[in-house]
Amino acid sequence: MARNGVVSMHWRSEKIDGFDLSPPDDEQVHVLAVDDSLVDRKVIERLLKISCCKVTAVDSGIRALQFLGLDEEKSSSVGFDDLKVDLIITDYCMPGMTGYELLKKIKESSTFREIPVVIMSSENVMARIDRCLEEGAEDFIVKPVKLSDVKRLRDYMTAREFRVKNQQIGNNNNIKNNNKRRLRETCDLSSSPLSMLFSSSSPSPSLSPSSLSSPSSPSPCLSPLPSPPILSYSAPCSPTSLDSPTRRLKMSSSD
Amino acid sequence: MLGLGADRLRADMNRLLALLFHQGVLDEQFLQLQQLQDESSPNFVSEVVNIYFHESEKLLRNLRGLLMDREFTDYKKMGIHLNQFMGSSSSIGAKRVRNVCVAFRAASEQNNRAGCLRALELLEHEYCYLKNKMHELFQLEQQRLLAAGVRYPMQN
Repeated sequence: MARNGVVSMHWRSEKIDGFDLSPPDDEQVHVLAVDDSLVDRKVIERLLKISCCKVTAVDSGIRALQFLGLDEEKSSSVGFDDLKVDLIITDYCMPGMTGYELLKKIKESSTFREIPVVIMSSENVMARIDRCLEEGAEDFIVKPVKLSDVKRLRDYMTAREFRVKNQQIGNNNNIKNNNKRRLRETCDLSSSPLSMLFSSSSPSPSLSPSSLSSPSSPSPCLSPLPSPPILSYSAPCSPTSLDSPTRRLKMSSSD
Repeated sequence: MLGLGADRLRADMNRLLALLFHQGVLDEQFLQLQQLQDESSPNFVSEVVNIYFHESEKLLRNLRGLLMDREFTDYKKMGIHLNQFMGSSSSIGAKRVRNVCVAFRAASEQNNRAGCLRALELLEHEYCYLKNKMHELFQLEQQRLLAAGVRYPMQN
């Protein structure tokens, strides 16, 4: 593909116009949710489903590893391609294997280390947050998990999928590094090559890559749902708070 | 005429909810649960809350069992139960129950048995109140659905 900035930008913008950002069914984002609490599993499952994700919910780190086929004792015979887990979201505090230990196991695996892992915890302890981010966690969500948290993840996955597609088409080498970026950095579009494609007069970094989709709706797949409250319930975090993990601290009931 | 009954019931529900919010029994997380309920999952809130009740009663029994044992020393185990209780309460927006758990956990961390016993009684009381109010809410919702029956499209 041409490396000339102008030509590739033009080509990319054409691609975006024709690019269907709502994934077809077989390309739906598949999330593996791990939580020992049944109440929390029900809630996270619903949060993800209502945000158009396919969900597999398990009650322990061991089961998560078994599902992925990473467990030494009982490995799944299903190939990685069939499972196609796009995101793993796990509770931190679990009996047996903690979310942190699960995170480490996943990042140690050559097959699965590219899958973004998000940690949830009811305790907002900076040391814990830092430890998880250092180990490669993509994000850290303080419980209770809200729709706005899941929306943020969803937007991140959409942008990530878009970037991966671009990469597959053999574009800009820089995009390769984007997959390893922290969520808070990738949400800041002004630092990604894609931001060049949008109005250069855009004043501040977009809150989320949802600027890639049509501005009138939070996500194309939500439009079939008739219930208005979800559409109006965007409550995104403010741009400044995206810069640090503490943005997720429940400071006020601003939702 | 049926519509009037449904409207009145809805008003009753809203009043009850407003009261519970005002009392701090519920917080905005409960509203989140309501947002997750729609035609594709019409009983979501009551399903989750019923799971919560089932789990909570187990936890309360465990906590009482631990404290009633005269030779009780396993505060760590108590802490684990409390963390679970705190987590699920927070997930459904049961603010007051959660806050009592926090105080309970503090007493447990100090190995303060008397404090734990007091906290347990308070916890049982708060939990009972919450459960009664939730049942009231769900009953009103059921009645409202019946009263509004003609307006709702039949689902296959």
